[in-house]
Amino acid sequence: MIDVLSALLVLAGVGFYLTGSIGLLRLPDLYSRLHALTKADNLGLGLLVAGLALHSQELLTVLKLLLIWLAVLAASAASAHLIARHARRQETTS
Amino acid sequence: MSDTSLLVLDGLLVISLVTLAWTALAGSDARRSVILFMAFGLVLAAAWVRLLAPDVALAEAAIGAGLAGALLLAAVREQSRQPLPARIVSKRSHNKPGVNIALQWAVSVLCAVLAGTLAWALAHALNSAPQNALPRAVSANLEASGVSNPVTAVLLNFRAYDTLLELAVLLTAVLGIFALGPARPGYQSAGPVFDGLARWLVPVLILTAGYLLWVGAHAPGGAFQAGATLAAASVVLRLAGRHQIGLPQGPALRVVMAAGVGMFVLVGLGLLVAGRPFLGYPPPWAGGLILMIESAATLAIAATLVLAFLGGQPRPLAVRVARGRIAATPIPTGKPVSPEGIRSTEPHAAEACHRIQETQKRC
Amino acid sequence: MLTAQWLYGMSGCLIAALGLRTALLHACLLHRLIGINLTGAGVFMVLIAVAYRGAGMPPDPVPHALVLTGIVVAVSATALALALARRLTAEQIND
Repeated sequence: MIDVLSALLVLAGVGFYLTGSIGLLRLPDLYSRLHALTKADNLGLGLLVAGLALHSQELLTVLKLLLIWLAVLAASAASAHLIARHARRQETTS
Repeated sequence: MSDTSLLVLDGLLVISLVTLAWTALAGSDARRSVILFMAFGLVLAAAWVRLLAPDVALAEAAIGAGLAGALLLAAVREQSRQPLPARIVSKRSHNKPGVNIALQWAVSVLCAVLAGTLAWALAHALNSAPQNALPRAVSANLEASGVSNPVTAVLLNFRAYDTLLELAVLLTAVLGIFALGPARPGYQSAGPVFDGLARWLVPVLILTAGYLLWVGAHAPGGAFQAGATLAAASVVLRLAGRHQIGLPQGPALRVVMAAGVGMFVLVGLGLLVAGRPFLGYPPPWAGGLILMIESAATLAIAATLVLAFLGGQPRPLAVRVARGRIAATPIPTGKPVSPEGIRSTEPHAAEACHRIQETQKRC
Repeated sequence: MLTAQWLYGMSGCLIAALGLRTALLHACLLHRLIGINLTGAGVFMVLIAVAYRGAGMPPDPVPHALVLTGIVVAVSATALALALARRLTAEQIND
């Protein structure tokens, strides 16, 4: 039962990753690409982490997985912000 | 999981690696190439986890992709800030190999021969009976090495000479960098979002470095990974526009830089005095001695990598200290910052700020 | 002898040769540096492939230690090369 749930979560996570990657390739400009990447990948990683956490035996592993997810969330939010701000500044001043 | 069921993953990883390497090398845009090189490093780290080399994967992700990428990106940024005068560009492109097709072919053939030789060596290594002597020797002596992670045992006990010399190489590289010029000017604050991230991330990075150092005795980790993580904390602070990035100043900096080699040599000499061979730890003490050397090495490696990122000797901080806390506070952004707004005391910093403002106006 | 060893080892050879070619031929210094780094990465791949001994077996730790040392030396050499390049540019501008 837990194995099935874990597999479903991981599959859903992979699905979000796939959507994000298609968005990166197909969307027209930088802002919408960033939007696709950050949203889909953060949620995808969250689902992967949830799936793997169900699988793991120890509480410490679960906490480490959670920490990884939080670190990626913070880093991707901040870097998306920085990239978008840089692009916007270049647009407005040129 | 068996090796055959992993074949799809292997294929995907290998194809991504070769493609990333090819695209990183083929383009002419330096920034693009550096970013592709960093992506290559991350995929390589994944490949090494797959090949059961987690210690190496950690080091590759932190050093090979992270810090080497940061170094190269800082160089690209500096290059784009100060475009070379046209006469130098023309002088450089005069030497372009495009003129000489024969040379290009000769080099290509040479590289193909190199690839062939490497492949022959690989085939030889894989086709001969598996050489189990070394790994057997390692696992037979692991008990006596003081640690249970075989990679750490090799690095700091069985082949400690190599690691001592490696730390000496690091020290020499920093001294070379010091000899070549001053540090790059610092950065402007990157705004409240990155500042918030730095405030949260830096303590976590320091904690992770301590964890990696400690856990290296029995699990993937160790001085190199810990040093790189600690250096990453300083680089994040530097990128956030701070002037105080955790590097000690003056004589203390020199002590930290030499700490890795120094601790190694001290331990070795101490053992000589006690009648043991140089770096031949007595088994009951080995764990403690390795941890001591690794702690010193972590600090030295972190300092080395941060100094490599700065690109030179940090300037003396006399005025900065006189101004006390103000110097350490981040610069509020959102509006254009005046050169005085950047509370830097580095002599060239004001000039650099002018340049930064000009570039921002220009682009 | 395992397929994985061949896959990673052979692509390591290929990447090393590509990197060396760029390091020798490219006009831009940064590309040359990336080339040298990729040559190193290719050789590391060969070493790690040789160290791998199948999914159920512990790998050989000695090549792992060699590669760890190699990664750190490569990054310090890159930093020194970048400092040299900076100095070169400064000298050329001052000329």
